[in-house]
Amino acid sequence: MTAFGKLVRTTAFRLTLVYLFLFALFAASLLAFFAWNTRHLITEQITATVNAETGEVSSIFGRRGLRGLVLTIENRALRPGANLYLVTTPAGQAIAGNVGSLAPGVMATTGWSETAYRRLDDQDSTDHFALVRVTELSGGFRLLIGRDLEERRRLFGIVAKAAQWSLLIVVVLGLGGGIFVARRVLHRIDAMTGTTQRIMAGDLSGRLPVGRSGDELDRLALNLNAMLERIEALMTGLKEVSDNIAHDLKTPLTRLRNRAEEALAKARTETEYRSALERTIEESDGLIRTFNALLMIARAESGQARGNMDDFDAADVARGIHELYEPLAEDDGMMLRVKVEPAPLHGNRELIGQALANLVENAIKYGKPDLAVQPLTAGASSDADQKTILIEAKRAGDRILISVTDRGPGIPVGDRKHAIERFVRLEASRTQPGSGLGLSLASAVATLHGGDLRLDDAHPGLIATLAIPALSSDRLAAQTQDVSQKAA
Amino acid sequence: MTAIATDTQMRLLIIEDDRESADYLVKAFREVGYVADLAGDGEEGLALAEGGDYDVLVVDRMLPKRDGLSLIGALREKGNRTPVLILSALGQVDDRIKGLRAGGDDYLPKPYSFAELLARIEVLSRRRGGPAEDTTYRVGDLELDRLSHRVMRGKEELTLQPREFRLLEYLMKHAGQVVTRTMLLENVWDYHFDPQTNVIDVHISRLRSKIDKGFERPLLHTIRGAGYMIRDGLR
Repeated sequence: MTAFGKLVRTTAFRLTLVYLFLFALFAASLLAFFAWNTRHLITEQITATVNAETGEVSSIFGRRGLRGLVLTIENRALRPGANLYLVTTPAGQAIAGNVGSLAPGVMATTGWSETAYRRLDDQDSTDHFALVRVTELSGGFRLLIGRDLEERRRLFGIVAKAAQWSLLIVVVLGLGGGIFVARRVLHRIDAMTGTTQRIMAGDLSGRLPVGRSGDELDRLALNLNAMLERIEALMTGLKEVSDNIAHDLKTPLTRLRNRAEEALAKARTETEYRSALERTIEESDGLIRTFNALLMIARAESGQARGNMDDFDAADVARGIHELYEPLAEDDGMMLRVKVEPAPLHGNRELIGQALANLVENAIKYGKPDLAVQPLTAGASSDADQKTILIEAKRAGDRILISVTDRGPGIPVGDRKHAIERFVRLEASRTQPGSGLGLSLASAVATLHGGDLRLDDAHPGLIATLAIPALSSDRLAAQTQDVSQKAA
Repeated sequence: MTAIATDTQMRLLIIEDDRESADYLVKAFREVGYVADLAGDGEEGLALAEGGDYDVLVVDRMLPKRDGLSLIGALREKGNRTPVLILSALGQVDDRIKGLRAGGDDYLPKPYSFAELLARIEVLSRRRGGPAEDTTYRVGDLELDRLSHRVMRGKEELTLQPREFRLLEYLMKHAGQVVTRTMLLENVWDYHFDPQTNVIDVHISRLRSKIDKGFERPLLHTIRGAGYMIRDGLR
């Protein structure tokens, strides 16, 4: 495509053409209206003058007879810029006036007509046009009084010229403006296209150029850049995950293989074989769990689990999870408590339950009071408080907050974001069993529901909160109505 | 029905296209004394399921010729109510719900342990012989009244928490059968995820301390590598 072809094809240029046409039409109709109005005005003026003069001259004829008439006419005809005058006999012979020749038949009919004429004193032989009124006087004499239309014609000429010029200017300015705008847009679009091509070719770090004007193209570029940011993050995430999978799945797989080999090489008794096989099964169960968790996260992150969403109360989930984990916590020397308010939301109950279960498991595993820190806080909190893990579900504005608070060492501010990532197990937790996927799953579940997972300081300890948009109040009203209808 | 004659023997139909895992299943089921037939694709499976009188069908979800869900749909449409356990590599929550909606009775994601599969099949087959909807369950001298929510061991009344009651109720409903941890989590707590910790074991040990502690004969037994069973006198 040629550069000009590309230019002409731009939306900006095409729009310019449309506007150009509209403006030309507008200018033309404005001028036409002006011309028509002026013509009307001039004609009216002529008519009024001619009528007045006809009346005047007729009355002179009535009072002073033909002689008076002729004298008056001759007198008036000599004035500079005089009107047209002609007096004829009943036989049609001219006896006074300044008209040399007329279109034939004009004197025959009385009333208004437009006619070509020549003056008596005209040097050139061109015809002029005039608006004339023929009146029949008593005795068969006829009187013609008229006015030259040159003025009207000249005005018309001016208007026509104005029309020409204005059209020319509109077209030149319009086309010029169109080309300017189109080129400007085209230039920027070309820049964007160039960048996107580079990105498509594999350079994900490329970003579209953004101007300073904040116009629609800048906004578009900003949005596309945000999208690219997300894609790059996802790609980096994917790479990290595959690296982590390679590490976290390969390590246990290697262990599995080594044990089997070792058993094959060394085991002698049935008991030895048996225990080797049992360990193998345990190890593969762990692998399956890790794998399932990864799949679950992938599902939640890609939004596939959105199909199974219902309205439910997070308070019930919190109570259920509390009930499920309370004995486990107690066996571990911790105290699991629950504090709930009605917290209606729309989501996947199973996934929210699992996310909360992960947070509680983490709190039980890592939320034990840090003995080194304890003396500092001992005065402020009792021993029972130190060992308490609190599950809360409540509504705060348009969000439902489901949180788990422990009194353990917490997570340093700098590590919090990192902690949510897949397979990350902070230094302190390396020795504990687990896949390192608990927080990532909780975070993925929160994201799936349009919310997020927050990690905050509980002074001391950690508050992990799933913040999820609440069920809007009208939906809630509809729901309660539904329930009351069912009850009725 | 011909099956009445061989009442004690469980008859299974395994519909699975992967030859190796199918053969493994058939062999493993025969070892525990079941009769297991094998179908390699959906059409053959449907024909066999309609013709034979099976106690439980084990159906893989992805099969050649006719997929597992459509097979179950066709069977149910014809009024065949044989319990179906779906095996699937798709283990996510929504897949399970889809499988159960299609007419499956239970859903087990691959990879599974044979103990888990066996326990679930036992529970499914029991359902066929008429649901155990008695108002009172009895195992040895342990008695659970489902209406009044009272639990007696001998002449002593036991106080259980509501969830402990439901746990015991489920165990007693399937007395003499192995009940796995995931089955308990699904049926007593209505969760289908795999807890990373031994959360169920703790509940069981609490229940055990209430119903068995201080009594001569333990009723609640741990079945190694599988789960739990409530039974009077395990040999």
